[in-house]
Amino acid sequence: MIPIAHYLILGGLLFAIGAVGVIVSRNLIVMFMSIELMLNAANLAIIAFSRSLNLMDGHVFVFLIMAVAAAEAAVGLAIIIAIFRNRETINADKFNLLRR
Amino acid sequence: MDIRSAAIDLGLISPEIIILASAMVVLLLGTVLKSRGLMAFLSLLGLVVGLVLVLQQWSQPQSGYYGMVLKDNFSVFFSVVFIMTAIITLLMARDYLIAKHIDRHEFYTLLMFSTVGMMLMAGSTDLVVIFLGLEIMSVPLYVMAGMNKIDPKSNESGIKYFMIGAFASSFLVFGIALLYGASGTTDLRRIMADFSFLKMQSELLLYSGALLVMTGFAFKVAAVPFHMWVPDVYEGAPTPVTGFFSVGPKAAGFAALLRICVYGFSGMAELTAVFWLLAVLTMVVGNVLAIFQNNIKRMLAYSSIAHAGYILVALTAGGEGAVSSAVYYLLAYMFFNLGGFTIVTIIDSRTGSNSQIDEIKGLAGRHPYLASLLALFMFALAGFPPTAGFMGKFYIFSEAVRNGFVWLTVIAVMNSLVSVFYYLRVVVAAFFGKPDQEFSPVSFSPALFIALLVTAVGTLALGCFPGYWLELSQMSMFPII
Amino acid sequence: MASYAAVLIFLLLGIGLVLVTFFTARLIRPSNPYKEKNQTYECGERPFGDSWVQFNNRFYIFALLFVIFDVEVVFLFPWAVAFNQLGLFALIEMVIFIVILVFGLVYAWKKGVLKWV
Repeated sequence: MIPIAHYLILGGLLFAIGAVGVIVSRNLIVMFMSIELMLNAANLAIIAFSRSLNLMDGHVFVFLIMAVAAAEAAVGLAIIIAIFRNRETINADKFNLLRR
Repeated sequence: MDIRSAAIDLGLISPEIIILASAMVVLLLGTVLKSRGLMAFLSLLGLVVGLVLVLQQWSQPQSGYYGMVLKDNFSVFFSVVFIMTAIITLLMARDYLIAKHIDRHEFYTLLMFSTVGMMLMAGSTDLVVIFLGLEIMSVPLYVMAGMNKIDPKSNESGIKYFMIGAFASSFLVFGIALLYGASGTTDLRRIMADFSFLKMQSELLLYSGALLVMTGFAFKVAAVPFHMWVPDVYEGAPTPVTGFFSVGPKAAGFAALLRICVYGFSGMAELTAVFWLLAVLTMVVGNVLAIFQNNIKRMLAYSSIAHAGYILVALTAGGEGAVSSAVYYLLAYMFFNLGGFTIVTIIDSRTGSNSQIDEIKGLAGRHPYLASLLALFMFALAGFPPTAGFMGKFYIFSEAVRNGFVWLTVIAVMNSLVSVFYYLRVVVAAFFGKPDQEFSPVSFSPALFIALLVTAVGTLALGCFPGYWLELSQMSMFPII
Repeated sequence: MASYAAVLIFLLLGIGLVLVTFFTARLIRPSNPYKEKNQTYECGERPFGDSWVQFNNRFYIFALLFVIFDVEVVFLFPWAVAFNQLGLFALIEMVIFIVILVFGLVYAWKKGVLKWV
């Protein structure tokens, strides 16, 4: 049995990588992928806790997070497509119309 | 689960079901029928029926779905605020949407979906349901921000809101994961019941989880230093949507935050210091930066940050009285902020409008009544008596002083003095500004008239007869177990 | 810990096998590059353009639609596993769930998303 701490360290690392990815990256798609990574880090932590505490509700929570992530992905990609059609770029630094 | 208990549970969430069902009907009918007015009317009907059903749940607290849905007075009060926000937004949006050629039925559907999400957020003490409600609220909002597909500014607003929103919710989810690991439950009431035991057993997990959850909500209610998205998103989004943003999601975020602080983390005395800092930063940054704005939507964006700061003062003070003053303030804020946005929407509906403060110049000469209403809402935002803004601030500040937060109150009062400057600037522009060219008249519809009437009456009623409303907000306090 | 030794050995063997075959092939194969050979392989067709092309963003819409319906199956699965214990009420609930999804599909269809224009 692998101790829970290992899962948590992995989850924390994934979360940190995702957070750094969102801040550092300038490509909308990569930023979005980093956010998905953060969500999945949380999923990993929940499943690990659920196993170690011997509770089932964590599993259900993970299902819900997956569905929410899919809905977010759909909306996010649709917005990215809309912006790409107008601007022909997905570089986040180019989106500065709103800052005079 | 047998059918009968299921029916009771369904009755519990009947307002949500009605609004959701009418949203879906509008979504499908709109693809077949061309009449957008009918769609707006059907949506309005659904929202009003939902409102009536919600009001019937007042003062008979029930819970269902294994304790995951809780319909106490607190959730009813907030549900009324959310539905009212949606109704006023719907009324003010119609003419603007037509003027900007974005009169889609999806707008009404998304508005209702988002309202349902907010109601779920306020109506639960379970972190999973709060999270789901938050997402049901947020995902339609991303689309609404970017609704004007051909306008690059609206696109930008949508993408920025989406990125920040998704980023914030992943913080929230990770925080919930840690809290779940620390306590083995996601129900705030059970976390609170075992708090001292949990604190001994897994303090690190509990505190890091709580901080992550707080960070997630700080993004959502736009507390400084998590506010940088607000001005851009507010400026780019269609104006009625901005009005909705500034009230609905903020109130929902605070509803969840109040529940979490009072139920879940009431044992964490350390959080008071965090909230103190957040409140001060939020008020100061919001008010100071609002002074330098020439775009009225950006100005109102910073002003909404500042108002979040005042509510954070109440959260810092803690205790039953302070929480009910926050609830009262949110109700008042809904009226005068939406009223202000209704007028900005009317002015923005003119072609070529760029929502600059200079464009308001000459409003009083052309539309004196509109200008005086604008003055009323700006005075309320600034906190002048006898408007709702004054009473709201008064209750929050007196509760803060009563709980011993004198310095915080001094800072808050100084901030609201600063805020007078930039609100009055709008009023001065409307009454005494010399327009560069003739002020082009605005069109006026019955829907707009009703929206203005409701918000103006609400602003005055909460200011002149505060006793009744304060009693309501005290009744809506959930019992601290 | 000992049980992980097998995993480690397996991992090393896997990496080693790839490296060995790769370098053996490099040593014994004849080397005769010419222009056609260096072209990108596109199912036997004569390749045109760069291999880093932008896909038509209409593909995204289909992918999105697929992702949504794909993920919703996640909710059907636990229900199907526990179907015998859940009974009639859960069946009705699932039907409502599917109907809501169908609403979405009909909306997409009416909007002309399913048509390749």
